[in-house]
Amino acid sequence: MKLHEYQSKQIFAKYGVPIPKGRVAATAAEARQIAEELGGRVVVKAQVLVGGRGKAGGIKLAKTPEEAEERATEILAMKLKGLPVRKVLIDEAANIAKEIYLGITNDRAARKPVMMASAEGGVEIEEVARTMPEKIIKIHIDPLLGLRGYQTRDLALGIDLPKEHWKAFSKVCFGLWEAYQKSDATLAEINPLVITDEGEILAVDGKMIIDDNALFRHPDLAEMRDLDVEAPEETEARKYGLSYIKLDGNIGCMVNGAGLAMTTMDVIKLYGGEPANFLDIGGGANAEKVAAAFRIILSEPNVKAVLINIFGGITRGDEVARGILAAMEEVKPQVPMVARIVGTNAEEGRRLLANANMITAETLVEAAQKAVAAAKGGAQ
Amino acid sequence: MSILVNKDTRVVVQGITGREGMFHTTQMVAYGTNVVAGVTPGKGGQWVLDDKIPVFDTVKKAVETTGANTSVIFVPARFAADAIFEAADAGVELIVCITEGIPVQDMMRVRAYLDQKGSRLVGPNCPGLLTPGEAKVGIIPGNIAIPGNVGVVSRSGTLTYEVLYAMKLLGIGATTTVGIGGDPINGTSFLDALKMFEEDPQTEKVVLIGEIGGTDEQKAAQYIADHMTKPVVGFIAGQTAPPGKRMGHAGAIVEGGEGTAAEKIEALEKAGVKVAKHPEEIAHILKDL
Repeated sequence: MKLHEYQSKQIFAKYGVPIPKGRVAATAAEARQIAEELGGRVVVKAQVLVGGRGKAGGIKLAKTPEEAEERATEILAMKLKGLPVRKVLIDEAANIAKEIYLGITNDRAARKPVMMASAEGGVEIEEVARTMPEKIIKIHIDPLLGLRGYQTRDLALGIDLPKEHWKAFSKVCFGLWEAYQKSDATLAEINPLVITDEGEILAVDGKMIIDDNALFRHPDLAEMRDLDVEAPEETEARKYGLSYIKLDGNIGCMVNGAGLAMTTMDVIKLYGGEPANFLDIGGGANAEKVAAAFRIILSEPNVKAVLINIFGGITRGDEVARGILAAMEEVKPQVPMVARIVGTNAEEGRRLLANANMITAETLVEAAQKAVAAAKGGAQ
Repeated sequence: MSILVNKDTRVVVQGITGREGMFHTTQMVAYGTNVVAGVTPGKGGQWVLDDKIPVFDTVKKAVETTGANTSVIFVPARFAADAIFEAADAGVELIVCITEGIPVQDMMRVRAYLDQKGSRLVGPNCPGLLTPGEAKVGIIPGNIAIPGNVGVVSRSGTLTYEVLYAMKLLGIGATTTVGIGGDPINGTSFLDALKMFEEDPQTEKVVLIGEIGGTDEQKAAQYIADHMTKPVVGFIAGQTAPPGKRMGHAGAIVEGGEGTAAEKIEALEKAGVKVAKHPEEIAHILKDL
């Protein structure tokens, strides 16, 4: 789950990372009031969960409260990469002398957190990684020991940071580490971390991604979820414990298990069709869950056929079939439904579904071929 | 022969009195697995499954009393990391964690700790292990696989069942199936499992079922190219998955252009692996090998 800049920076500040004075505003009038309180020049920044806000015109400087109000009016009316701007952050403008990159993320291959610093701050770090990988200094952190002081000096030395800033830089590193660890983040990033003309260190921008699996112990963070970044169906799916991703095709899929769900999409494509979604209903195909899955899949008007692929295993095939039939009763789908069920008593399950006018298949390939044909209008 | 589990494996079930734990313990025992103990804190002294299996408060007590050497974990995600630490501290050699949804920072600490302790972890977020005809430690349905000479290693659950079932329909059996799980940070890797299959005399062919995300399949491909003498058949799920979207499994995501199905298939094919286009084809390729 991604956090907004203002949310990330508030968390950083809690752990001792200096951030500019400022507040978030939902209206231009509020923006003006905040600018008046701050006095002097301010930056008006769109709070939208997309990269490249500056280039898209979502970050503007304002010299007076009046200007801040005008800029906020413009920015609050914008859509950046399709997402509406609902809030702007009004921050005191910093006099930037130098821009640094500092971030922590999980290094999957090393199975450890990695802290990265670069003297090339303010630009996309992926771009630096691609063009000048030697400019990124990386240190791995032992998850049992935590960040050590000497490691922050390794980073400072690596990016040629003048010695007078080492102490303040080290404090920022520890603050960021704490923020990452205590929030169960998968990414905590300051870009840029600036050194001002006055010689102070400030986190001017911030980004955090929180591990969805850890939200149970962070109810305060869970509340920060911005629903604008996901399709409404994805939000609905999460309520029922379903994992759903909308795609562009016209064959809806309902599958148990993530690997099998991806494979079902792949096999549809292999036989000339296009999947409309990824959907993993998880274990236990009960009628309520299946009905929710049907509603979500069929809410997409492009869907011309639905493929149900359930590998029952221990669950009995006839029970799965009864769950599907109960859900059909409720949702009453108007498109052809192809079902493939494997498991104990699968034959009985297939018979029940065929009686209800569903197209049945024994293998995944057969099911995919039938679904592709049905979506093209070649069946029924 | 087999790897990791066989008829002599002595299993302790952590979370045995929970709904999942009880259900799957019943299934494991019905399959013939030697389940010797269960653990649920606060329920020590009880007996379950027709009074055949003793329940202990701690893994340490269970190991001391019953000589359990393998643990299977069914406890909820918020307690799962603790359960793994407890099993490792009790000296359990093999820990199989079925639990899904463990925070990734918990898993980084678990991995760092286990690397010091020397216990082997399989999972988490995995279906466990099945040595057909001998033992099932986890949730893989016993009736979909038969004993044979193929080692199977997979990041997925039901997709693995699909492959085992397709093999069974063609009369092809497995030595052991290892579900390594769908999380970004896990215990046993593809590489670990391949090394064990390479050394297992009964395993003559190997199936590797991967998916998008990470670079474990590429590392496996390197090992296959350099060291593997047995033929490997591969499959990678997620060829149609869009980048930046997590496809169910926490580990199944294409990030920064890395971890695509295409690059994994290319690495495997370069290493001489026959990569199937769909799961049923795996069984057909095995038959012709």
